[in-house]
Amino acid sequence: MSIREEASVRTFQYLKPTSLEDAVALLARYGDKARVVAGGTDLMIQWKKKLVSPDFMISVRNIPELNFIHLNGDLSIGSATTHRTLEISTEIREKFPIITDAVSNLGSVQVRNSATIGGNLCNAAPSADTGPPMLVLETTVQIAGLGTQRSVPIAEFFKGPGRTDLHPGELVTSFDVPQPLANTGMSYWKHTRRKAMDLPILGVAVLLSLEDDMKTCRKARIGLGVAGPTPMRAKKAESFLEGKSIDAVVLDEAGKIASADASPRTTIRGSEWYRRDMIRILVKRTGLICLDRAQG
Amino acid sequence: MKQTIRFTVNGDSVQVDVYPHWNLLRVLRDELELTGAKQGCGEGECGACTVLVNGAPINSCIYPVVEVEGKDVLTIEGLVGKDNGLHPIQTAFLEKAGVQCGFCTPGMIMSAKALLDRTPNPTEDQIRHAIAGNMCRCTGYVQIVDSISYAAEIMSRAE
Repeated sequence: MSIREEASVRTFQYLKPTSLEDAVALLARYGDKARVVAGGTDLMIQWKKKLVSPDFMISVRNIPELNFIHLNGDLSIGSATTHRTLEISTEIREKFPIITDAVSNLGSVQVRNSATIGGNLCNAAPSADTGPPMLVLETTVQIAGLGTQRSVPIAEFFKGPGRTDLHPGELVTSFDVPQPLANTGMSYWKHTRRKAMDLPILGVAVLLSLEDDMKTCRKARIGLGVAGPTPMRAKKAESFLEGKSIDAVVLDEAGKIASADASPRTTIRGSEWYRRDMIRILVKRTGLICLDRAQG
Repeated sequence: MKQTIRFTVNGDSVQVDVYPHWNLLRVLRDELELTGAKQGCGEGECGACTVLVNGAPINSCIYPVVEVEGKDVLTIEGLVGKDNGLHPIQTAFLEKAGVQCGFCTPGMIMSAKALLDRTPNPTEDQIRHAIAGNMCRCTGYVQIVDSISYAAEIMSRAE
């Protein structure tokens, strides 16, 4: 191959660090010439479409420190853990079924075998399926840079569509979830036209912790996806539920409050009025599943 | 610049010079002449390019080939049995008419293979969940689901 031909190829260097230390060092060295790539199910398509053309791709697939599930009351998920690993984890299904709900219909088996939870959350799409569940679980995002480490509550991690709190040279290492209270039910509802290979029209996550009477709400958390520029909490509806005896009527009222609080847009997948109405319905429906699971 | 990578395909060790931006499908089809896996959408939507990497189905059209270094890749060509016979999943697709134009078939069969490796006797729901990332524009999926059920049946009978 001639030099001229070689020079004309649009390509990148694909770097495969095997430790977090090496990964952040590479990221510090190459700065905005580099992109962190996990499963590549979004980034490789963007590259094909010439929407991004980094000189360096820094892969996090081969870093054991970023690929783990630790469950010991509290839960910690490495950022490069694939959705498929989460989907088939029996301990996640048992203790944090809301995560199983969120990942089981994300993309397809093929996509889930590559795509990671870190990729899903760092892309910061308003429709990210893992966003609302991680919000209601009050997740802490662990972030590393060259010689630095910090953490940020997930609610402050999302800054806007496609924007996060990550600074240049940083990457997410794990998502840490505190152990839920006793008598907790949690569920995520992905509202779509078809189950697989689709982005949600709406994503609704609800977590309800009940008092020992198994009726009175001790703690409520509601997370909404595609209801605003970032995954968001419906805090007014949460406060409304806390202290009340939970039933379909109360949940319907909470749905109305959440709906009024949200700021959905009209897009190709659904119109604003439809999304607003469905928030009300799905908060109720998902809340009832939580009630079932808590009492289960 | 090209780099040399090594991995195994259908049990054979291979060594290929690749550009880092090449995806696995391109290398399988154009460099290794394994044209069973198809390119449909090229964006990981349709599943025609499905192959197994270390036993797990992936969309090879968006899988960076440099990530298969040291791994085992299984394509539809690797399902061939003794004396060039068909794999039971292939037999089942023929007998239950799970094939019309055939374009989705290699991907569909690899997804079925991955499912049956984990779940030898799947329910209809499990089958539909497993092939949700494989588009078929001919059959309406009914015969494909039947084919996979039937494959499970003949494979468990054989054991």
